[in-house]
Amino acid sequence: MIRIAVMSGKGGTGKTTAVASMAWYSDGLVLADCDVDAANLALTMSGRLRTKNDYQGAYTAFIDPELCSECGKCEDNCHFGAIADLKVSAIHCEGCGACKVVCPAGAVSMSLRRSGEIFVMDTARGPMAYAELFPGESNSGKLVTIVRRLADDIAESDGLDVVLIDGPPGTGCPAIASVTGADLILAITEPSRSGEHDLLRLIELAHHFSIPICVAVNKWDLHPGMTREIEESCRRQGVMVVGRVPYDPCVMEAIKAMRPLPSMFPRSPAALEFHRIWNQLRSRSKERKGSGLSMKLD
Amino acid sequence: MILAVASGKGGTGKTSVACALALALDRPLTFLDCDVEGANAHLFLRPEIRSREEVLVPYPNIDHSKCDVCGRCVEECHFGAMVRLGKKVKVMQNLCHGCGVCRLVCPRKAISMSGRPVGTVHQGTAGLMRFFCGELRTGEALSVPIIKSIKRENDDTVIIDCPPGTSCPAVESVEGSDFALLVTEPTPFGVHDLRGMIAVCRRLEVPCGVVINRSFGEDQDVESLCTTEGVPILLRIPFDRKVAEVYAKGGTLLEAMPDLVEPLRDMYLEIRGLRR
Repeated sequence: MIRIAVMSGKGGTGKTTAVASMAWYSDGLVLADCDVDAANLALTMSGRLRTKNDYQGAYTAFIDPELCSECGKCEDNCHFGAIADLKVSAIHCEGCGACKVVCPAGAVSMSLRRSGEIFVMDTARGPMAYAELFPGESNSGKLVTIVRRLADDIAESDGLDVVLIDGPPGTGCPAIASVTGADLILAITEPSRSGEHDLLRLIELAHHFSIPICVAVNKWDLHPGMTREIEESCRRQGVMVVGRVPYDPCVMEAIKAMRPLPSMFPRSPAALEFHRIWNQLRSRSKERKGSGLSMKLD
Repeated sequence: MILAVASGKGGTGKTSVACALALALDRPLTFLDCDVEGANAHLFLRPEIRSREEVLVPYPNIDHSKCDVCGRCVEECHFGAMVRLGKKVKVMQNLCHGCGVCRLVCPRKAISMSGRPVGTVHQGTAGLMRFFCGELRTGEALSVPIIKSIKRENDDTVIIDCPPGTSCPAVESVEGSDFALLVTEPTPFGVHDLRGMIAVCRRLEVPCGVVINRSFGEDQDVESLCTTEGVPILLRIPFDRKVAEVYAKGGTLLEAMPDLVEPLRDMYLEIRGLRR
């Protein structure tokens, strides 16, 4: 099984458009939307819901006022500032249980709360696992790990050999959970200082975890000079640039129509480039699997 | 006033709007870049960085001469960060939240907590502004302690550039603000993620208003969401390819659209009337 994670560092560079387009050119894969804070792939890939389950990821402490002796030990030992006036703030409680451990009166109990939903949908190109974390909830990394595992299980049971991951922005907890165990990262960037800055952070992350990474510059012609600078930065880091996707008004049309770009505009310049990138990734990741070669350039 | 500039979706223009507003106000204020996983405001405001401070989170040290591998810490850790490997207990660095439960439950007092660096806060000045920006260390998962550390700064006027998303880092950044300015783009993705962010503001009891960025003048979906939710639309920034070109090289929104200065100032005055 090959797992490819589409990441970016910076948000809004075109991850979801890339994933939906590349999936369209595939003859069967499993999709995993790991941006559980802002899950948008399901808005593009329509299909039939297969399963829906609750995510109970977060423990919250509860202090029983009947039993509480008001000693304040819970407040003193809470590292997250979640207890004030002997009341627990659900939004700050990380569910560590320190308050329960130190309470001499046995007044604290821990309970799981429903903090999101996990879905499996059958799309035209294969099954897709995704999740929605309820607004303001924590433990998104854990939920990403669940979505990843679910996608792997489906790939196994449905006999599919590619898992394509739509990752979250950033380089923290959910981003790390999205790339852990991936065979290859495709970074989608844009020709801007911000895009470059966050791409370099993502490349560092990939190197830190020894995951091969390659780059595609989206909307490259919005600033050809900046695109060349980014490509040069990549070269210095030994990272391969696998494509340049042109700015294409069809992309916005497809997003507004909530459909994968190639399903509406199969001959559009951006769609053709995503097709080319996908073919390259497939052959390279197969090669890598076969020979143990990384995608780093010499 | 503490003003948080946020959005559920990434790449909608939070940093552009936050920087443009800070520059348009043209007066002493404090700018906090809380997007510690991908801080970009410094690329536009170009502050002179004067000092750096490491952010430490508590981290368990196990004294193996005292530990008898009873496994209490392994059982009690809610994050799966303590694992028994043969005849030793090991801490999984990336899973540890620094809560200290392991130390509390250890019957042999074999665990002590020390500080582990997870990132840095950079401090400087840009024109009349005091500037703070957080940076998460590569490979570290915990953004929240860094955000908490930046948010200790206070001033009469504070502008916070928040991270994307609707979970812990975004919550921590928006919390306690007097107003949240939600930057969105008029697409189904933008609308979907804006809905989540409005819900976060409700939960935190922070009043909010919307900026529609890259508007093509067809913003019905955002408008109807805002009407349903009772959230005002405070500003529309039209789509202009020139903005992308100026932005690409680290130019600010104001350089591409100098006419925005007045609307941004007016918006700020309007927010003063809407704040908590």
